[in-house]
Amino acid sequence: MTSIFLALLIGAAFGFALDRVGATNPGYIIRMLNLTDLHLMKTILSGIGVASILVFGGIMLGLLDPGHLSVKSAYIGVFIGGIILGLGFAVAGYCPGTGLTALATGRVDALFFIVGGLLGAAAYMGSYAWVRSTGVLAEIAGGKATLAPITGTKYPALFAGTSGELLGLILGFAFILIAVLLPSRIVRTESENTVGSR
Amino acid sequence: MAQLLKRNVPLSWPVGGLLLGVVFFAAVMLVKPIGVSTQFVILDGLLWDAVDQTVVVASDQAKSGYTSTNAYLAKSGGKYAKSIANPLNYSFVFVIAMMLGALGSAVIRGGVEKNERTMPAIWRSNFGDTPWRRYLAAFIAGFLVLYGARLAGGCTSGHMMSGMMQTALSGYIFSAGAFLAAIPMALYMFRKEV
Repeated sequence: MTSIFLALLIGAAFGFALDRVGATNPGYIIRMLNLTDLHLMKTILSGIGVASILVFGGIMLGLLDPGHLSVKSAYIGVFIGGIILGLGFAVAGYCPGTGLTALATGRVDALFFIVGGLLGAAAYMGSYAWVRSTGVLAEIAGGKATLAPITGTKYPALFAGTSGELLGLILGFAFILIAVLLPSRIVRTESENTVGSR
Repeated sequence: MAQLLKRNVPLSWPVGGLLLGVVFFAAVMLVKPIGVSTQFVILDGLLWDAVDQTVVVASDQAKSGYTSTNAYLAKSGGKYAKSIANPLNYSFVFVIAMMLGALGSAVIRGGVEKNERTMPAIWRSNFGDTPWRRYLAAFIAGFLVLYGARLAGGCTSGHMMSGMMQTALSGYIFSAGAFLAAIPMALYMFRKEV
C-alpha cells in the first residue's frame, strides 16, 4: 500500500513538473531539437545535474541506499533504438512520458501519438524473438555498466580505478555548467533571417 | 506564489531544472528511478489479456510466478507478465498519477489554447493547418518512438534522465543515438520559425 501511495505522490509531482517546465508542449521540444530555442535543453541538462549531485551526495553521506539505483543494460540495440526513437521524437515533439502528459493537458495530437505508441510497443512484442536472434541485444561492457564503480553496488564499471560516487558528483556539476554555457539558440531559421529583407 | 502557478509560460530553466532534478532524486531516494515506456507494454498486455486470457498465466517455473505465450512478456522471469496480472503496481500507478499531475498543472495555468490542442504552432507554420496531417504524423511518430524505446530498453525518462544521472553507460549510448537522429530530423523538417 505504501508503494501505491508513493507512486501517486511521485508520479503526480513528475507530471506536474513536466508540464511546468514546458515539456508537455511539443513546440518547445521541436524548437529544442531544431536548435532555435534551447531553453528546454538547459532545463533537462540542469535537471540531470541536480539529480546526479543529490543522488551521489546522498550516497556519500550515507543518506541514500545505493541499492535503490537501477542501471539498465548496455547493448547495440540501445543505440539503434535511440535512433529510431529520435526520428519520431523530432516529428511529433513527444516522447513516451510527455506524450501521455500532453494528452492529459488536452492535446488531441498526443492521443494519436499514444495510439501509435501502443502499436509500436505491440510490434516490438511481436518481433522480440527475431530482434533477439539478430544479436543486437547481446550485452556490451558487462551489461548493466556504470562509468565508474559505485560502492554498495555490483554494477561493472568502465573505468575501474575511479570512485563512481565522486565521478557522479563531478558530472552533476558538469551538466549544470553545460546548461549555463549553452547559448539560448544556435540556429537562425529562414523566417528570422529574412525579417526586414522582404 | 498564486500568480506564479497561474503563469502560462514555462519556468525559467534554473528553476525548472531544480524542480525536475529534485523529483528524479526523490524517486530514487524513496523507491527507484523513474521510467515510463515499459507501461505501454503493460497496457498492451492488459488489452491483449482482456481479449485472450491465455496470454498471461500463473506459472510455478517463472521467477515472478507468471509467464506468457509471448516471448517478450515472458522475459526476465516473467516480470512484465506479472505486472499485467497485477496492474495495481507501483510503475503503472505512477504513470496514471503522472497524467493526473500534468492535468492539475494545466488546469491551474488555464489549460491549453484551442488551436494548440490540434497541433503546436511550429507545425502549423511549417505544414499548414490540416489536423489529419498532424494526427497521421503523430501516429507514425508514436509507433517509431515506442518501438525504439522498447528496443533500447527505456526512453527519455528511463535512459536519458534516470540513466545519465546514475552514470549509466546505457544512458549515454541512448542519448547519443536519440539526439544524433532527432536534431538533423528536426532541422530538416522544421525550417520555419513559429
